[in-house]
Amino acid sequence: MVEFVEALTVILAVGTVRGWRGALSGAGAALAVLLVLVAVLGPALGAVPLGWIQLGVGALLLLFGMRWLRKASLRAAGIIPLHDEAAAFAKETERLRGHGEMGAGFDRVGFAAAFQITMLEGIEVVFIVIAIGAGRAGLLAPACLGAVAALAVVIALGVAVHRPLAQIPENTLKFVVGVLLSAFGAFWFGEGLGVAWPGDDWAILALIAGFALVALVTTRLSRAAPERMRISA
Amino acid sequence: MKWLKTIWDEFIGLFVDDVSFAFAIVIWLAVAYVLFHMELAPPLWRGPLLFAGLAAIFVENTLRRARK
Repeated sequence: MVEFVEALTVILAVGTVRGWRGALSGAGAALAVLLVLVAVLGPALGAVPLGWIQLGVGALLLLFGMRWLRKASLRAAGIIPLHDEAAAFAKETERLRGHGEMGAGFDRVGFAAAFQITMLEGIEVVFIVIAIGAGRAGLLAPACLGAVAALAVVIALGVAVHRPLAQIPENTLKFVVGVLLSAFGAFWFGEGLGVAWPGDDWAILALIAGFALVALVTTRLSRAAPERMRISA
Repeated sequence: MKWLKTIWDEFIGLFVDDVSFAFAIVIWLAVAYVLFHMELAPPLWRGPLLFAGLAAIFVENTLRRARK
């Protein structure tokens, strides 16, 4: 959902400055490419032995999830600035105005800007969907449904409010997603190594609690860093 | 070809933000792989050991960045 919110900010900027035809067709084309990626890569992973998938996907989920968690922790502690959707919207609007007046035909600048941001943010969503879906048989469809539901919510909110979703608690969402992805990553990497997790699948809940606790304590300790090292948002 | 490089950079950026952090995670996963395959860790402790290493890397690297 966080990724869709970031994409929506730029698409709104494109639509406002360059017109909605280029913005919506660019975003739509990128979504079509991303759907093809999921449709091709998801089932293709079924041909790889599960143990290898769990090792590979577990390692990638850990790199991805712990990176998010670290960044969210540093942002929560005030060490690095929070992502500001309103500022991102203003910056993108300014950048698009710099491309000059639109011609009479199809707006390639608007199309390219909307296509690029939807692809860049969407690749992260595709990775999460495929990684979650690859860990166990039958998980791909629910993972896809979750992503589509998040997309639908963001589109509905975007259509309703017609401005960047600056009120969404983005860092909190990233913190939670970082905890979940790290926990799933550790669990699947362990499964791939043949680790007998205490409590079997219930160990995922313990890992979620463990990563959350570690991240919260680290955030608190980071806040104690000298004031001069902080960057104001 | 610039757009291909942009997509590739973005893809790598999904997993690597701070190189030392990503490197430490990969090294620990490799160490765990060797430890568990060579039966050097008691079976019941393997899961908690894997988590403890990851947690230690997270705390050390985040605090180091906070105090930089």
